[in-house]
Amino acid sequence: MSLLRIEGLSIRFADQLAVDDMSLELHPGRMLALVGESGSGKSLTALSVMDLLPENASWQADSLQLDDTDLQTLNTEQKRKLRGGRIGMIFQEPLTALNPLHTVEKQISESLFVHQGMSKKRARERCLSLLEQVELPATPDMLDRYPHQLSGGQRQRVMIAMALANEPQILIADEPTTALDVTVQETILDLIKRLQKELNLSILLISHDLGVVSRFAEDIVVMHNGKRVEAGPTDTVLNFPQEDYTRHLIHAEPQGRLEPLPDDTPLLLEARGMAVTFKGKRRALFSPPPLLHAVDQIDLTLRRGETLGIVGESGSGKSTLALALLRLIQSDGDIEMDGTDIRALSRSGLRQWRSRFQVVFQDPYGSLNPRMTVGQIVAEGLAVHAPTLSAVEREEQVCRILEEVGLPTDVRHRYPHEFSGGQRQRIAIARSLIMEPQLLVLDEPTSALDRSVQHQILELLKSLQARRGLSYLFISHDLKVIRAICHRVLVMKDGKTVEHGDTQAVFDNPQQPYTHKLMAAAFAHSRKQTVAL
Amino acid sequence: MAFRNPLMRNPVWQRQWQAFRSNKRGYWALWIFVMLFVLSLGAELIANEKPLLVSYDNELYAPVFNTYPETTFGGFFESETNYRDPVVKDLINDKGWMVWPPIRYSYNTINYDLTVPAPAPPSAENWLGTDDQGRDVLAGLIYGFRISVLFGLMLTILSSIVGIIVGAVQGYYGGWLDLSGQRFLEIWSSMPTLYLIIIISSFVVPSFWTLLVILLLFSWMALVDLVRAEFLRCRNMDYVRAAHAMGVRTPIIMFRHMLPNAMVATLTFLPFILNSAVVTLTSLDFIGFGMPPDAPSLGRLVGQGKANLHAPWLGISVFATLTLMLTLLVFIGEAIRDAFDTRKFLQ
Repeated sequence: MSLLRIEGLSIRFADQLAVDDMSLELHPGRMLALVGESGSGKSLTALSVMDLLPENASWQADSLQLDDTDLQTLNTEQKRKLRGGRIGMIFQEPLTALNPLHTVEKQISESLFVHQGMSKKRARERCLSLLEQVELPATPDMLDRYPHQLSGGQRQRVMIAMALANEPQILIADEPTTALDVTVQETILDLIKRLQKELNLSILLISHDLGVVSRFAEDIVVMHNGKRVEAGPTDTVLNFPQEDYTRHLIHAEPQGRLEPLPDDTPLLLEARGMAVTFKGKRRALFSPPPLLHAVDQIDLTLRRGETLGIVGESGSGKSTLALALLRLIQSDGDIEMDGTDIRALSRSGLRQWRSRFQVVFQDPYGSLNPRMTVGQIVAEGLAVHAPTLSAVEREEQVCRILEEVGLPTDVRHRYPHEFSGGQRQRIAIARSLIMEPQLLVLDEPTSALDRSVQHQILELLKSLQARRGLSYLFISHDLKVIRAICHRVLVMKDGKTVEHGDTQAVFDNPQQPYTHKLMAAAFAHSRKQTVAL
Repeated sequence: MAFRNPLMRNPVWQRQWQAFRSNKRGYWALWIFVMLFVLSLGAELIANEKPLLVSYDNELYAPVFNTYPETTFGGFFESETNYRDPVVKDLINDKGWMVWPPIRYSYNTINYDLTVPAPAPPSAENWLGTDDQGRDVLAGLIYGFRISVLFGLMLTILSSIVGIIVGAVQGYYGGWLDLSGQRFLEIWSSMPTLYLIIIISSFVVPSFWTLLVILLLFSWMALVDLVRAEFLRCRNMDYVRAAHAMGVRTPIIMFRHMLPNAMVATLTFLPFILNSAVVTLTSLDFIGFGMPPDAPSLGRLVGQGKANLHAPWLGISVFATLTLMLTLLVFIGEAIRDAFDTRKFLQ
């Protein structure tokens, strides 16, 4: 007997079919994972249950059954009662899903007032017990806090408390941990699992991350391009995938390791005592502003053809370190590249040197100027570093580089908005490569991409490194990616180096408790799967 | 109406142009305004005391563009021909013909043949009547519209250029430069502009250009905050960082990567700045501190309307002209604002 049953659901936007003949069954007390890449229609499927689809979407279903209620026959008022009543929902981004002007108490008790018409005093008691349930300190102080006074993990816990307020039968969790750091992710998922068992909840977990799914969900439905690809108990689907797409998803998890480079490889970059300090807010008018050490005395070396991974959670200062090494922000410390002290260079000297170290940023949408064609974007660096080239020669170079990063040459006449995230990242890589750099700083280059696209970009980076002998400084919070692409790794926390060494050594035998915790969080849920593979 | 210029090949601009066109009210307002403006640029050909073309003794003359002494047409005086003089008219019509513009008055032509005391009500001769000195109101409106819009456009363009440069420098460099710039702006914008203009014009004779400079002193601040905010936002964009990392020079980065973003806000505001420039000039003329007394001016016509309440055609016609002009500009401005609204059209 299933609690929630969707059959033959299709959702369409004006001219395109977003979800096509989708069906799923959620059983009481079990967790069903809906897995797929972005744009596969998994969130839309979940939203249709709540009747929260965007206004320009039209949908139809053969059957949409909750327990013994046919959801399609409900009127608006009944549907409203359902939302936040029998069905609770947790969203991906806890910062935007909470009203910044409401206290925790107000956020949670709102649905208590709406659905149960509770008195203020009873609602407060209920809030406290809910806080206890989601493992937050159940104190009046906590109830009076505003969202900006909470950490990301705490916000997500408040969201869960809100979803649980009216004792729902079903909890829909839409990528509940994607915006969180790995160690926090872990605790939130543990909490959700515990609540499922204690409250006998049925949970629909939407995720793009097979690792999470394999550890927590009992059942799994794989979606691709709006269609259901495969469904069944998690173990069966992961261990004996029937469909090519499922296998493709499983293999898209970054795999493989790199051997450390031989010891006699020449050094390319050596940085000593890197430090970046920001001035904080003055406490009084004439008091000196407190100093915030974003990067605190970091030493690193990078050899030719080597990839150094920089790992850390958000706020650990890894991107700041990259900007400092690129000399894009003020910093202290010595940077020596190829025997030249970069910090001693004059402005114009530095400008000439810039072609040797280039950068690729995380956000493939923000890093390309939307008002320039791909050709103009890629050629921009040439205008600075090879101003003598003729227009024809420049065009030839652009075409050659585009081919090298795996894009057809005719894309140079088009504009960035016509490309997908992975293609944009290739364009950003092409823009850097055209300068013939020795060092490429990659600041979370794959974090905004789906696993399978991520895989392609990583393969591209590896082949470019092999062909051109490039050195990479690879910044990421994703340990799986780091393990797959880096020779050495440097773990950062609060601007300081925690651990630094060969990838193999650090991953197999972490020395510091913090590194240990990171590893445990990142690889715990894939262990089962690794066994299966 | 397909525009084939390089600007329109950019899909972002194309989409915005489409969005602008889809706002019918603003689109038509733009066309009407452009047509009125182009027509008023040829004001001499529409409202003039000289004929467009004179044929005399089988020779053609264009009095609008050249001056001919009366002796050319067999008159007595060496001075410029007064084509409205009945004697001269007869002389020319005897040996040829004249083509007159639709309105046979310039803004400063005085109609001495009025059958009623000035201000004269609308008639077949003076379509919107005359003011209290016997000058044709319609001619005054056409020339006044032209000088208002020209003045407004010049002031808008100049103050935008100054404002964009100041805002860009403040926003890009930030820090102390930005702080001191902001404080200066606050002090400068709290000056009582109108009194200063009145004081200045008491020892400088106001002309088109001196007025432009005086008003520019205070009007350049409108865009500074907008542009500054855009530049502050943009300087942390990844593509700006990437350009820095490639070693592109700062002025080029500002111009190529950051200015286009600031232009959105700027273009949105242009019609409204133009509007306020026109209103400022009109009100200065109205209180008598504006253009020199012999220049055509909407403001002075408003003043005449106020002084001659028994001649409602003065007040009504200038009021209608101003309303039409300002409303058209507001419609255009609204359409541009909607076209640039990324939330609506750049999904």
